[in-house]
Amino acid sequence: MAEQSKVTFIITRQDGPDSAPYEETFEIPYRQNMNVISGLMEIRQNPVNVKGEKTTPVMWDMNCLEEVCGACSMVINGTARQSCAALVDQLEQPIRLEPMSTFPVVRDLIVDRERMFDALKQVKAWIPIDGTHDLGPGPRMPEKKRQWAYELSKCMTCGVCLEACPNVNDKSNFIGPAAISQARLFNAHPTGEMNASDRLNGLMEDGGIDGCGNSQNCVQVCPKGIPLTTSIAAMNRATNIQAFKNFFGSDSTL
Amino acid sequence: MAEQREFFYRRLHSFLGVVPIGIFLVQHLIVNHFAVYGEESFNQAAGFMGGLPFVLLLEIFVIYLPILFHAILGVYIVFTARNNVSRYGFFRNWMFKIQRITGIITLIFIVWHVFETRVQIGLGNAEANYSLMEGILTNPFMFWFYVIGVISTVFHFANGLWSFLVTWGITQSPKSQRISSYACIGVFFAVSYLGIRTLIKFAYGV
Repeated sequence: MAEQSKVTFIITRQDGPDSAPYEETFEIPYRQNMNVISGLMEIRQNPVNVKGEKTTPVMWDMNCLEEVCGACSMVINGTARQSCAALVDQLEQPIRLEPMSTFPVVRDLIVDRERMFDALKQVKAWIPIDGTHDLGPGPRMPEKKRQWAYELSKCMTCGVCLEACPNVNDKSNFIGPAAISQARLFNAHPTGEMNASDRLNGLMEDGGIDGCGNSQNCVQVCPKGIPLTTSIAAMNRATNIQAFKNFFGSDSTL
Repeated sequence: MAEQREFFYRRLHSFLGVVPIGIFLVQHLIVNHFAVYGEESFNQAAGFMGGLPFVLLLEIFVIYLPILFHAILGVYIVFTARNNVSRYGFFRNWMFKIQRITGIITLIFIVWHVFETRVQIGLGNAEANYSLMEGILTNPFMFWFYVIGVISTVFHFANGLWSFLVTWGITQSPKSQRISSYACIGVFFAVSYLGIRTLIKFAYGV
């Protein structure tokens, strides 16, 4: 690929949340080991499109540049992934960049992933430990459990699983796979377990786990290799049991 | 606690699809398969089923109401999906799409099938016997309509059985989900054979 001198990007742009999207093509000089972000940086330095017209720099979101933060997700040649980990040498040209369609576009390739954080709130994906006094150390976590829980904790709320899910769209209120797996993560935690039923009830609220249609795209596309469909099945089991407890009553509630 | 109605309806949808409807489907195809042993045995079997005590109540609560609920919510589910197999052409994503397509085909087929048989029998225009089905299926167009309808119904049942196991949290590990995939493929072929064999008997007498 060293003889290649130019890289072509076809970018779906949008000037603001309410304006119409349009495509713009850019040609930039090839450099070794380029990724999509360094290509975008090149465009930012010299925002001139392929027709030679001066244009506005393309906007995108990024932070860690090592596939850990999840901010730079976009649709690259039809597949949602992180642009920092998308190497130009491994991509078919022209490289097509689009914002993820599941989320509202802020500008160009920047999307608003707030719905993912709303979903985390719905399933209470945190561990309440704040009190007016020191509550002391929590129970210990078995090492075996820690190992698989660690895999779930790699979720970076990047939105790729929501983008790939056919049931997460403007016609449905499904929260998507990420938050379901996070509910499982916090229910696995020995302190978090004390509020397990709150998270399960959150999963059973409208738009919750029942929106899953088992297309299993999420587990295929997750950049962190999180076993999302195993989490969904595990939470299916747990919410069913919780639903029976809610209706018939259980030994552990009044 | 916020609304959990959707959860209940979706679980009921999954349950009804297998427990009364799936069991009824298999039973229906097994009873119909008596046709292969000859006109006499089919009429005897159909007569027995039709002569069950409280047959109308059984039909309403085991067949009509569950199918009606499953169909209405199912059509809603079909229209809330945005299929994306062109971008994500994974096996399960195809199954997801085909499950929705066969759901619609099956609904059309069942409506026609019930109208042509049960409704006509109820109105006194026909009798539930071998010659009724023979009359329908010797028409090549209807034969192929029934072949597509039966295969679509059985696919919807077999693949639905797979997702039933996931929805109820029975198959959780990737391995168990893979093995249940194979098992459901087996169910698909076995139940399809039952149905298609019977159709061939009615249409061609062999």
